[in-house]
Amino acid sequence: MTGYIHSTESFGTVDGPGIRFVIFFQGCPMRCLYCHNPDTWSVKGGTPRTAESLLEEYDSVKEFMKNGGLTCTGGEPMLQLDFLTELFEKAKEKGIHTCLDTSGVTFIPGKPEKFLRLAQCTDLVMLDIKHIDREEHKKLVGHYNDNILAFAEFLSENGVPIWIRHVVVPGITDKEEYLYRLGEFLSRLKTLKALDVLPYHTMGKSKYEQLGMEYPLGDTPPLEKEKAVMAREIIMKGLKDGLRRRIGQWK
Amino acid sequence: MERIFYEEWDGFRPGRWSSTSVNLRDFIQKNFTPYDGDESFLAGPTEATKKLWEQVTELSEKEREAGGVLDMDTKIVSTITSHGAGYLDKELEKIVGFQTDKPFKRSLQPFGGIRMAVNACEQNGYHVDPEVIKIFTEYRKTHNQGVFDAYTPEMRLARKSAIITGLPDAYGRGRIIGDYRRVALYGVDYLVEDKKEQLATSLMRMTSKNIRLREELAEQIRALGDLKKLGEIYGYDISRPAKNAREAIQWLYFGYLAAVKEQNGAAMSLGRTSTFVDIYIKRDMDKGILTEEQAQELVDHFIMKLRLVKFARTPEYNALFSGDPTWVTESIGGVSIDGVPMVTKTSFRYINTLNNLGPAPEPNMTVLWSQRLPVNFKKFCAKMSIKTSAIQYENDDMMRVTHGDDYAIACCVSSMRIGKEMQFFGARANLAKCLLYAINGGVDERLKIQVGPKYRPVEGDYLDYDDVMEKYDDMMEWLAGLYVNTLNVIHYMHDKYSYEKIQMALHDRDVKRYFATGIAGLSVVADSLSAIKYAKVKCIRDEDGIVTDYEVEGDFPKYGNNDDRVDSIAVRIVRTFMDKIRKHHTYRDGVPTMSILTITSNVVYGKKTGNTPDGRKMGVPLAPGANPMHGRDTHGAAASLSSVAKLPFRHAQDGISNTFSIIPGALGKDDQVFMGDLDIESIAQELANGEI
Repeated sequence: MTGYIHSTESFGTVDGPGIRFVIFFQGCPMRCLYCHNPDTWSVKGGTPRTAESLLEEYDSVKEFMKNGGLTCTGGEPMLQLDFLTELFEKAKEKGIHTCLDTSGVTFIPGKPEKFLRLAQCTDLVMLDIKHIDREEHKKLVGHYNDNILAFAEFLSENGVPIWIRHVVVPGITDKEEYLYRLGEFLSRLKTLKALDVLPYHTMGKSKYEQLGMEYPLGDTPPLEKEKAVMAREIIMKGLKDGLRRRIGQWK
Repeated sequence: MERIFYEEWDGFRPGRWSSTSVNLRDFIQKNFTPYDGDESFLAGPTEATKKLWEQVTELSEKEREAGGVLDMDTKIVSTITSHGAGYLDKELEKIVGFQTDKPFKRSLQPFGGIRMAVNACEQNGYHVDPEVIKIFTEYRKTHNQGVFDAYTPEMRLARKSAIITGLPDAYGRGRIIGDYRRVALYGVDYLVEDKKEQLATSLMRMTSKNIRLREELAEQIRALGDLKKLGEIYGYDISRPAKNAREAIQWLYFGYLAAVKEQNGAAMSLGRTSTFVDIYIKRDMDKGILTEEQAQELVDHFIMKLRLVKFARTPEYNALFSGDPTWVTESIGGVSIDGVPMVTKTSFRYINTLNNLGPAPEPNMTVLWSQRLPVNFKKFCAKMSIKTSAIQYENDDMMRVTHGDDYAIACCVSSMRIGKEMQFFGARANLAKCLLYAINGGVDERLKIQVGPKYRPVEGDYLDYDDVMEKYDDMMEWLAGLYVNTLNVIHYMHDKYSYEKIQMALHDRDVKRYFATGIAGLSVVADSLSAIKYAKVKCIRDEDGIVTDYEVEGDFPKYGNNDDRVDSIAVRIVRTFMDKIRKHHTYRDGVPTMSILTITSNVVYGKKTGNTPDGRKMGVPLAPGANPMHGRDTHGAAASLSSVAKLPFRHAQDGISNTFSIIPGALGKDDQVFMGDLDIESIAQELANGEI
């Protein structure tokens, strides 16, 4: 089987635990306004690669990957679900730690078979929840968030560790209400292992210029770090309140 | 020579170092105390340190305002004993000594070349005394004059076109590390006796080789006498061994100071002193006569002095080296050949000066990195690197194999066993330009004159890989021969007119001399040949038929992406050129080595190199050292480093450098933003227990 790959990065340090070999898949159904990899959107293009050739490339730098492993990101890796599963299964045979960086948008709640197979060979999912509000989510990325939230619960049910990432964009996701609701939702994820709250930055802008595209967020300013710290506190409050309620129900 | 156990050695474990001959390695191995703890014991700066450093900061400010030089000596020629004592604040300084009679005053060193010395002054608004100029023009020949007397027309031309460049023919070659620790451990008298014995037992059959050795030993003995006088100038009797930590550092520093008073070398490195000094500090602490604060103060004051080493140099020199480096390299850490990490508390104390005095490029703190270094030390280094960007790392696991456990780094990567090996620094040959000569039959693409041999140039519109490789091989053959012979002239004359008396006095009699060559432009050559092989490269000729530009049609593998198709070309070039170097006679039986290590001068080399077949334009900097060309390594750091790591160390034993910059954010999560891990189960548990 061949997958369509945008590029590889041999020294990823923010894409999961340790130093990681990162594979960028080509193609994504999301159109996040602040996406910093718009060059991976198109489902046309990419270099056809086999799982074997990618793992061979991994092997050529494996000495660097102590405590790390392989991360698939993109683009949206789950858009090429069969290939992704094959790649992860082969990686697991070699004892490589597998991490999937996904939006979860292609998850189909009624048809879990293929996703169950993927879950079995995935050590960690980094799930990017763009917006907790259904309508706002649609405005921000072009889709409702139903499948994404369902995917998070699916991972939780099937025991796959989850890292949640959330970008705080001024004027879009920085409202206290949204942050609190996000926290409440997260309290339902039994396998949640980390929460990274990222301040929106404008480093993606230049890529849009290079690609001759208009930058959708225009002059939205980057978020100050301190505000991201505050945002995380609000999310954590929502998370703890959610947990408390559930503990109350148990009792 | 009679061996006695000096009272200053009380408390040291004896060994060959005390019973037979000068042997620093044996002393260190018998006496050092490894430390695998963390940095929590370290002390901050004392009041005296803060005051002195304030003074230095002020003077530095003034120096900057004055355009880079605060004061220059224009009359007194610098020798070991040329100046009276100089101080920042005599009352506060625990370690004393400056190159001239005051700090920030640059000394006059004309033995390398009077013209360079005069220019360095003139361009900073100072004028060398006419009498001194007369002496060094009419009566006393300099290294520079000697070299130009012997250069062939071809050598002059190659120098002018910069196919061989950065040659130490007008400035001090440097890259020699005196074993300054010997001064502290043995005292000068012992070393003089030792040298006298060496002279007495030297061969009497008067061949030019033996005559030279005898003359040099006599010079060394005289230099040691001067070293003793230097101590006296500052009120110390360094004829005896040092009896405590303060004396050990002071004696050691006098040895180094004598060297920088005598030589304005391109790199005046210190050696490997921290673990040696630690033995003295530990002994004093065990006796209860030294506290941590006092120990740190000694180290701080010593490092402060090393930061204030200054030379008179010309703007061209500074352009070549991007600033005014002195390369006071100090090698820290490493592992002994028995597998014991040689990290001591004083290794921490040296690096702690970056906290106490703030970050600085000098002395060039170089950690000899091994997988077996204690994890606490590794963590401390990483932390200090993040904080100060002032630590250099080198692979001890690799160098220990050939150099044992008492070697140090001269300049940035040149390894040598201290007091036993030295090197003849040979700058570098520009292999990118050599490739252009191969294409143009020895005609320089910028000067448009015949520099290399008039071989048949490339014909036709497109470059053919086999054809170019064959021509390139011939041209490298020529270049290697010319290069080695040029260096032979330089080092012969340097020994004759600007011999490093005191540094060599702190060596054994029979030293191993590395004949260090170097190459520049490796990644340009690899990419160019890859372009010729895997894409199509069209030649653009000027009106005289000289190829001056190239059009690359199609894509090609680029060095720096862990792609064997092109990496193997780089490996082949390194091995081929080194083998060609090896074919030639070297001065004083020097053992030929090669480096791939430009760190700054690649910018100047790029200016002098025309358009290249990889698409690089005339004047664009070559990549530093063994680096891939800027922006062409597109698969991330591990792939880029893997390409570099393929280069064979045994064919580039003088060092391979890779200048690696990375923004902190790309090295890991910023803890202010990423709030790290959480475990929802434990939070739930704590909530349920009412703990939060």
